[in-house]
Amino acid sequence: MIAIINYGLGNVKAIYSVYKNLNVDVIIASQKDDLVNIDKIILPGVGSFDYAMSCLKNSSMSDQIMELVLIKKKKILGICVGMQMFSESSEEGSVKGLGWIKSSVKKIPSIHSGRNLSLPHMGWNNLSKIKKNKLFKNLDEKSIFYFLHSYYFDAENEADVMAYTDYGNIFPCAVNVENIYGVQFHPEKSHENGTTILKNFSEL
Amino acid sequence: MLQPRIIPCLLIKDGGLVKTVNFSEPKYIGDPINAVKIFNEKKIDELIVLDIDATVNKQEPDFTLISKLASECRMPLCYGGGIKSVEQIKKIISLGVEKISISSQSILDPNIISQASMLVGNQSIVATLDIKTENGKLSLFTHNGKIKVDKDPLDLIRKLQRQGVGEIVINSISNEGTMLGYNTNLIDRIIKKIDVPLTIIGGAGSHKDIHQLFKKYGLLGAGAGSLFVFKGQFRAVLINYPNDEEKKNILSGYKLDY
Repeated sequence: MIAIINYGLGNVKAIYSVYKNLNVDVIIASQKDDLVNIDKIILPGVGSFDYAMSCLKNSSMSDQIMELVLIKKKKILGICVGMQMFSESSEEGSVKGLGWIKSSVKKIPSIHSGRNLSLPHMGWNNLSKIKKNKLFKNLDEKSIFYFLHSYYFDAENEADVMAYTDYGNIFPCAVNVENIYGVQFHPEKSHENGTTILKNFSEL
Repeated sequence: MLQPRIIPCLLIKDGGLVKTVNFSEPKYIGDPINAVKIFNEKKIDELIVLDIDATVNKQEPDFTLISKLASECRMPLCYGGGIKSVEQIKKIISLGVEKISISSQSILDPNIISQASMLVGNQSIVATLDIKTENGKLSLFTHNGKIKVDKDPLDLIRKLQRQGVGEIVINSISNEGTMLGYNTNLIDRIIKKIDVPLTIIGGAGSHKDIHQLFKKYGLLGAGAGSLFVFKGQFRAVLINYPNDEEKKNILSGYKLDY
């Protein structure tokens, strides 16, 4: 059973309906009792870093999620700010992150070769330097995904990065350390490529 | 490489979809959820849904409908109409909407932009401005083009960007629903002032119009209403969107300037 964490941010229902259509067992978890018999977790997110952290900390599920991920080693997929929270800190705010992956969240550079790039990085972009990983099964560097963000996940160890994306400058857009997975783009809003990611996650 | 966005723009009135011409003569098109289902199949880049009743009738946004739209959409959704407070924005974000368009309230009180951005992040905060070109001047309107606002649009755009807006949508009232092409005169005058993503709505009548827009201006969002809901000279209702091949043609000649 996959639990989608409903903590007041992100498109919980869209992820839920993708899994329902795939006939994957899924539950929208809104309180800690919803987190029994869970194999995998999805942490969605749209929002600012501090607001997302405070919504997560204030939810009754916070301790249980830590236990499931850090002790029971259940696989978790963070989406957008859901992934950014895995980092230690963010330039977008002052609150500490979860610190699960050695990294900090930084503002996307808005100047490249002396030209201004508009921020947020908004729209459909492809990935580059995809490492062989089951999360990207049946996808390649031509596959496009929907991005909507001004900050990026700056991983300390290159080994933790599964794929990058190029918006003037190149930055990590998918990371993985042990049971912890994160993507910067929105699979729930990326048509069939996004569905493939969610399906692959359910099969990990 | 980041691609320019081709964005159907749907208008809601009395809970149904309508299409207007120059912000008037709403014609009933169909059911919004049904339209979203068809747009899902057509794999559209993004969808804008604007409730044109809410502000005029001083109503709250229709949260039930927004929730249904958000869970149905397999593509990013931008909702606008009747947004007056940060509380409403928080609620709509919690329903799963990616972007929220603030129109008349962002003109009345640009501070709402910074308050909302701090909370939900600037990537989700969109300001939509309805602009008319009259005697070579740009004029700003609210309430579906009925109330003229005595503010300089370019000044306002500067202010909104300082407040941290994440995207600006410009709706050309003079071109809206005419299908006679985008208002390049208007775009020429504003584009240099804008350093956040920009989306243009109003006037698209063919794929060629969008192609020319991307070729001339590069990375921006091309919004269109009539083009994606009508077919043929008698404007029969038929939801449509460029297929992969047509999209390739539309994007040909587009260069990203980084």
